[in-house]
Amino acid sequence: MRTVRINSGIKKISRYRRHRFAGPALLVVALISLGATFQVASALPSTNKMETTAQSTLIEEGKQIFARGCSSCHGLNAEGGSIAPSLIGVGAASVDFQVGTGRMPMQDMSQQAMRKQPIYNAEETAALAAYVASLAPGPDVINEAQLTYERDGNTAEGGQLFRTNCAMCHNFAGQGGALSQGKYAPTLMGVEARHIYEALITGPQSMPVFSDKTITPEEKLSIIKWIKAAESEPNLGGASLGRVGPVTEGLLVWTLGLGLLIGIAVWLTAKAR
Amino acid sequence: MSKVERIGGNVASYVDDRTGAAKWLRKNLTKVFPDHWSFMLGEIVLYSFIILLLSGTFLTFWFDPSQRDVIYQGSYEPLKNIEMSASYASTLHISFDVRGGLLMRQIHHWAALIFMAGMIAHLMRVFFTGAFRKPREANWLIGVGLVTLGIVEGFLGYSLPDDLLSGTGIRIAEAIIQALPVVGSYLAFFAFGGAFPGHVFIPRIFTVHVLLLPGIFLALITVHLMLVWYQKHTQYPGPGRTEKNVVGYPLMPIYMAKAGGFFFIVFGVTALLGAVASINPIWLYGPYNPGQISAGSQPDFYMGWLDGLVRMAPPIETHAFGHTISWNILIPGLIVPGILFTLMALYPFIESWMTGDKSEHHLLERPRNNPNRTAIGAMSLAFILVVLINGGNDIIATNFHLTINQIMWFTRIGVLVIPPLVFVITKRICLSLQRADREKVLHGRETGRLVMLPHGEFIEVHEELTPEQKFTLTQHPQPAALIVPTTDANGVLNPQGFKGRIRARFSQAHVEQIDAPTESEAKALGGGHH
Repeated sequence: MRTVRINSGIKKISRYRRHRFAGPALLVVALISLGATFQVASALPSTNKMETTAQSTLIEEGKQIFARGCSSCHGLNAEGGSIAPSLIGVGAASVDFQVGTGRMPMQDMSQQAMRKQPIYNAEETAALAAYVASLAPGPDVINEAQLTYERDGNTAEGGQLFRTNCAMCHNFAGQGGALSQGKYAPTLMGVEARHIYEALITGPQSMPVFSDKTITPEEKLSIIKWIKAAESEPNLGGASLGRVGPVTEGLLVWTLGLGLLIGIAVWLTAKAR
Repeated sequence: MSKVERIGGNVASYVDDRTGAAKWLRKNLTKVFPDHWSFMLGEIVLYSFIILLLSGTFLTFWFDPSQRDVIYQGSYEPLKNIEMSASYASTLHISFDVRGGLLMRQIHHWAALIFMAGMIAHLMRVFFTGAFRKPREANWLIGVGLVTLGIVEGFLGYSLPDDLLSGTGIRIAEAIIQALPVVGSYLAFFAFGGAFPGHVFIPRIFTVHVLLLPGIFLALITVHLMLVWYQKHTQYPGPGRTEKNVVGYPLMPIYMAKAGGFFFIVFGVTALLGAVASINPIWLYGPYNPGQISAGSQPDFYMGWLDGLVRMAPPIETHAFGHTISWNILIPGLIVPGILFTLMALYPFIESWMTGDKSEHHLLERPRNNPNRTAIGAMSLAFILVVLINGGNDIIATNFHLTINQIMWFTRIGVLVIPPLVFVITKRICLSLQRADREKVLHGRETGRLVMLPHGEFIEVHEELTPEQKFTLTQHPQPAALIVPTTDANGVLNPQGFKGRIRARFSQAHVEQIDAPTESEAKALGGGHH
């Protein structure tokens, strides 16, 4: 009989209901079912898990690069040391700027890290950035989608902002200038737009931070547009002489200018032979 | 006689009968000038002045010397819709929208630099050869005046476009005016018609730049040249050249051709510079705004030494009776330049006081034959060069990977140490050169030819100088030091004894030199063979 068979089945199971493993077994079953339910319920963001995994690998990779190339100065946990600052909270943007422009790792302990051929490639830089960003929140790397300066920037306004905020150190044409004790504001010619933006928000070395309250993102794009325009502007008056003002002009007039004229005067007054 | 000659003759007689010009022209067209490249330095200055007048006139056709606000609507994109003064906007207009405007602007500015550089080179020639001595002291004074006015004129000129760089320069000029004790702030208010920057300064300096100073220049240059004409040109010593003659070529036709040709060469070189090398690219500087400043703001080179002095001054101020005296601007900006220019103007009189020489000089001196003067000149140049280096300290720092502080301290110490060092070294070099001249006259020129004599001895052949060369190397007078008696004939102490002793000491230093060989010395050696 059917009912009997069922009853006998239940009876069979219920025989173990007071078994000493019954409690733990039920707990396992409950946990598995709960986990499965949760898993099914959150089935949609399942790719996120893969990303998180990739992110953690990236961070792990960055940590390894950091330990090899940076920790001797910045400390094993980026806590900083006597010769280098702590990197906790500087953000990915700062790493992308410093490492991406070749400033870090430093070549020597001079006044200031200078721009050079980057030591780490794009992936390694991204890994380092991810690692440093994982330590504490900070400004994020600027991606290409944010750099719409061609569309949203205004060259003339950028020039005004540049002369007000930047020219005092970087010179009127972005050629760079001297600061005290051997420090300097570097030339802005040939710098990637992303790095200019990141420098504005992170304030590397002697540079102040220009937060979005001081200079709005649109204004930042205008400044970048003006710098790019200055970079590509042809030398309208002939040889540019470095775009550093009257010093090179004076040098040229005493050498080429007066040199030519005195040479001709000597020739004019030479005795005919 | 051809028809042309007959007509020409008729016209000439017509003019001559009424003006008597023939006699005057005959005298002056055949006037003789000596020939030397260094005598053309002044011509470079004169011709660049003419170029300045011509190109400057061109620029005034479009330049609007006004500080009223306009919105730029010209063709230079990066400044479009920016508020600026009319003078800046019109300079942009000249640069980008007037045909040939940028070339003319650049020619005008390069000509100004050649004008100043040429003046300094000409001044150096006149100083180092002693051309300023009696009777030419007045012309020296005019020359010093022209250099001073040239600095002012140049500064006003590059201030006119009202760009960020020139506005910075005016701001510094205002600070220097304000540094004058008591009257400073009143004078600054007077010059700017109120607080800086005001709206009257550009129109005012425009009038001074295009009318007043060029007028004074024209007058002074005319007197300068008339004096050269009247006093006759100096000449370098040599056989047949005396204090009473001038050896050279006549004005017509030789110098008419040379000078006329040289004018076009100077114009050509200026135009070449204007065409190939950018100067004062005001569109890059942007319009002036007192709230903005550019790194590496420098003046033109003839102001650069002043800037260098101001940059090296330590920050010293005194506060007394509610007034601030900014020594850090007053000393480098006014007192040191004032002393320098006064000493430069007075130098002919100082030298004649030291040597007691009151005679006329038309023969120039070779710089080595007046070691003290040459050393003073070299010392002054060293001073200017050291402070000029500090004027460009930021550009030098970034280009040579130095620090501004190092350069500043190098020049702060160097400005005190290097000039005296240069003085001593130059004087020694001059005396060495005199010794070399003496050797040459007595033993001839070393030819570098070695000859083996029959008995095996090697000698270097010395070639005896020609009598003309010997004359040139030995003709210079070598005056003795002044003897200033400390007591008079009766043994009474000279009341001017102290001043006299100082004068005697200066005089002694000034006449220090190597004796030129005398004829008997030359004869005794037989010249060339030994």
